[in-house]
Amino acid sequence: MSRTVERAIVEPERTVGALKTAEKGPQLYVRAERAAKGLNRTWLLAAAVVVLFVASILLGSYTVTVPDFVTIVTAHLTGGEKIPGASFIVMETKLPRATMGLMIGVAFGLSGALFQTMLRNPLASPDVIGISNGASASAVLAIVVFGASGAAVSVAALFGALTVALLIYLISRGGSLRGAGGRNGNAAGNRLVLAGIGIAAALGALVSFLMTRADIRTAAEALIWLNGSLNPATWERIGVLLLALAVLLPFTAALAKPLRLLELGDDTAAGLGVRVGAVRLGLVLTAVALAAVATAAAGPVSFVAFLAGPIARRVTGKPSLPASALTGAVIVLAADYFAYNLAPLLLDATVLPVGVVTGALGAPFLLWLLATSNRKDA
Amino acid sequence: MARLSARDLTLQYEQRRVIEGLRTEIPEGKVTMIVGANGCGKSTLLRGLSRLLRPAAGAVTLDGKDIHSRPAKELARTLGLLPQQPTAPDGITVRDLVGRGRYPHQGFFRNWSHGDSSPHDLAVRNALDATATTELADRNVDELSGGQRQRVWIAMALAQETEVLLLDEPTTYLDLAHQVEVLDLVTDLNRRRGTTVAIVLHDLNLAARYADHVIAMKDGAVVAEGTGIDVITEELVRTVFGLESRVVPDPVSGTPLIVPIGRHHYPAPQATETTKPALEIAS
Amino acid sequence: MTASTTAASSGERERTLEAPKSAKTGPQLYVRAEVRARKGKQPAWLLAAVVVLALACGASLAVGARAIPLGTVLDALVHFNAADGNHAVVHARIPRTVLGLLAGGALGLAGAAMQGVARNPLADPGIMGVNAGAALAVVGGIYLFGITGLSGYIWFAFVGAAAAAAIVYLLASLGRDGATPVKLALAGAALSAGLYSLMNVVLVSSQDTLDRFRFWQVGSVAGRDWSVILPALPFLAVGALIVLLSGRILNGLALGDDLARGLGQRVGLSRGIVALGVVLLCGSATALAGPIAFLGLVIPHAVRFFTGPDYRWILPFSLVLAPALLLASDVVGRVVLLPGEVPAGIMTAILGAPVFVWLVRRGKGASL
Ligand SMILES: Nc1ncnc2c1ncn2[C@@H]1O[C@H](COP(=O)(O)OP(=O)(O)OP(=O)(O)O)[C@@H](O)[C@H]1O
Ligand SMILES: [Mg+2]
Repeated sequence: MSRTVERAIVEPERTVGALKTAEKGPQLYVRAERAAKGLNRTWLLAAAVVVLFVASILLGSYTVTVPDFVTIVTAHLTGGEKIPGASFIVMETKLPRATMGLMIGVAFGLSGALFQTMLRNPLASPDVIGISNGASASAVLAIVVFGASGAAVSVAALFGALTVALLIYLISRGGSLRGAGGRNGNAAGNRLVLAGIGIAAALGALVSFLMTRADIRTAAEALIWLNGSLNPATWERIGVLLLALAVLLPFTAALAKPLRLLELGDDTAAGLGVRVGAVRLGLVLTAVALAAVATAAAGPVSFVAFLAGPIARRVTGKPSLPASALTGAVIVLAADYFAYNLAPLLLDATVLPVGVVTGALGAPFLLWLLATSNRKDA
Repeated sequence: MARLSARDLTLQYEQRRVIEGLRTEIPEGKVTMIVGANGCGKSTLLRGLSRLLRPAAGAVTLDGKDIHSRPAKELARTLGLLPQQPTAPDGITVRDLVGRGRYPHQGFFRNWSHGDSSPHDLAVRNALDATATTELADRNVDELSGGQRQRVWIAMALAQETEVLLLDEPTTYLDLAHQVEVLDLVTDLNRRRGTTVAIVLHDLNLAARYADHVIAMKDGAVVAEGTGIDVITEELVRTVFGLESRVVPDPVSGTPLIVPIGRHHYPAPQATETTKPALEIAS
Repeated sequence: MTASTTAASSGERERTLEAPKSAKTGPQLYVRAEVRARKGKQPAWLLAAVVVLALACGASLAVGARAIPLGTVLDALVHFNAADGNHAVVHARIPRTVLGLLAGGALGLAGAAMQGVARNPLADPGIMGVNAGAALAVVGGIYLFGITGLSGYIWFAFVGAAAAAAIVYLLASLGRDGATPVKLALAGAALSAGLYSLMNVVLVSSQDTLDRFRFWQVGSVAGRDWSVILPALPFLAVGALIVLLSGRILNGLALGDDLARGLGQRVGLSRGIVALGVVLLCGSATALAGPIAFLGLVIPHAVRFFTGPDYRWILPFSLVLAPALLLASDVVGRVVLLPGEVPAGIMTAILGAPVFVWLVRRGKGASL
């Protein structure tokens, strides 16, 4: 049917002789503009990250001047004389907080964008397909049943995330994961998503149940962890996180190119020399690992992974991994600035966990973008 | 001489066996047309020939070596495929899509972005030019007409610059002029660069005209192969498609020209003999 | 996929004159036979599902801290004797069973319809923002107005759910093409994110609220009486009617907006109507039983393995099987942790997940 339709609309420029004469000027203009837009906006995001990072160190409820900051850091590095009070606040609270916020933002943003692109489903972020729930269930179990705290919770979360990821992968693995199946190879992807949401629902229920079983203090503590918080930011944790990212980011960069080909469908990608099965496995592993380490460090900071990709896409006009990573960082840094500096003023001194704010801040923005965009697929 | 050949090839999806013990060759430096009814396994054969499907038995060899023993990227520099139903991601531009055809030629660290004089950019520009899609280069693929989109996909396959090129129904959605244009283009490619081409085509007349070699398939098996004149006959059309027809010489090229009969028309009186069964069934 | 192959091959049969019999071989016939077999058996399967549901109801009346033989249960239903202790226990379990039936059926139907409307296998009633809206409203009710008790929560939950869904739908309808599936799914998920965040702001700062809310949050059919159930009935009835009648509409939408339009559907209107039904159903269900996330998501998928992609069958199957799972879970939840109870919302997920995973693994390409 569609064929007849296409044939009926014979376009004037299609005649052989006239092939090369069609539309000229405006196209070139569009081209330049679009290319510039994508790049500019990515730089804009990068600038926003820098501004927010600097702001969360220098400004806020305790302000630090730039010269003071330089003195403090050099003193810290060279073992020179410290400024009483300020040194501690900058080096032990503000700087680690901002650094960790930046890193988990990048990790969550990338993880979400990888899943969403690979599975061709804007809902398929680690929040939705069970990875975060695995971490949560395991961590809450550790907190509520074994009274764990600190690093032990992180280890439990990491373990939970990886176990669930393995489980989902094993469930979804089947004959057609190597792309022998459907034309778009989406069967395996669909299975992965379905297995993920099934397990996510079960684990979510488990978490809710554990919350009713705990005494109220422990439940409140678990709730903070469940929302994701930058309070546990220490240099030690940042070191571990940095190590993990140093391994995972190059992997992500290497997988970015084959991922863009997978978007063309498994057949086309395979025809271009992508080893579809191997690349998909690599993508799952990388995305899971990114989400898992970030969750272990700060808890499952809500919705960063889910929101970063779609927001980045609407800001830059195309799906882009770097833009998603930057958007993730922007969301976390902005949210933490609010949670740490502004919320206590509004809520008589309650410091909100950052994850409470990420959703409240990111969601309206995505909704606004959705409502104002006029693209077909938006 | 065959660069690409299938030995006792058996291809199947999960449980369903589509092709069994198939033997054929895609002759080097020639244009091969693969014809056959819907669902007879043409696309499956192409997928098998381009390592998208691992054979359940038998092997596909390129220059004598099993294609599954070679690294994917290396193979993709020699052997290109345009699938029947490729999927374009939302919001991708034509230039970006065509540029992705350069993937197998790009190193690990090389980015997609391009200096204007790089061989990649040149290949993309040539491919756009050859398919008359240069003017579309900066538009979104989802905003193109069906035929424009098809030409963009062909451009992507061309940008891959392979020595062997497999095209699955590349002329779908194209108007007559563009169908001829695409086949001319492929022929140019073949004559100038010696590219070995295999095309699945439903238009038997164009297939006969442009083919150096024709492979006719039915129910997952090759029923005839050879030159267009030898293979495309009334007899073949009857066995492969179950369709009565007249074959006359193409006034332009002298190759076979199929004139289908159908149930509502009677062939002209001078061709009497073979019409009988058709008429009987029709009445 | 299968359907189009079948159609194509029968079309070919008419066209070809001589070779039609040989053109299509064994495998094709086999596939067609399989589809037909599945089609023919659907009424039988549905009957089996109804029997399962009846058994679940029986079990729900009979099983508990005090087990009662099925004969006595029947007796209690037919001629109730207030003096008989067993009869009294059975009677006390009736509201709970009815509530399980209503909430389960509503969630199953709503889930199936929602997946069709959003054309996304990840869509469940929660994706329309219903659970988040209800949860935020309940938390607000507890925190601001000091509401306690289920009959207080129900109106907050209903209004919250309906308001959230309406906002999601409106937001998704803005812009050029109206409420496309992707926009719906994204808007719903994004609004949920925002609402949950607001809810957590309250929960983090008020331990009292958390203490009450966490028990509503798990989802349960226990402890509700008729005063909770009766007000929900009209909403449920209208919602169920709308959704049950929309099987054909959903079948059309499943083909994509363009094709559906080409088949003469008014896409925007029909999507809006079905969405209204969904909101009524899952708003009421959430009000009745709290957020039970698993049913609406998983039952329609499980059902597809029996029905294939035809919504005219998916809907009734979901209507029957979802309450069966909910009631069965409730029954199991009563006895696993004696003397305590595990709420039905939890048990549903724990029992349903392995079954679902098994189905996913067995099915070839589970999608829409
Ligand atoms: N992914 C798949 N899974 C299972 N069976 C398949 C799959 N793809 C194709 N088939 C079956 O294999 C057979 C051959 O299909 P193929 O796509 O090779 O046909 P074709 O000759 O290219 O037809 P057409 O001219 O319609 O493109 C058909 O019976 C088809 O139903
Ligand atoms: Mg084909």
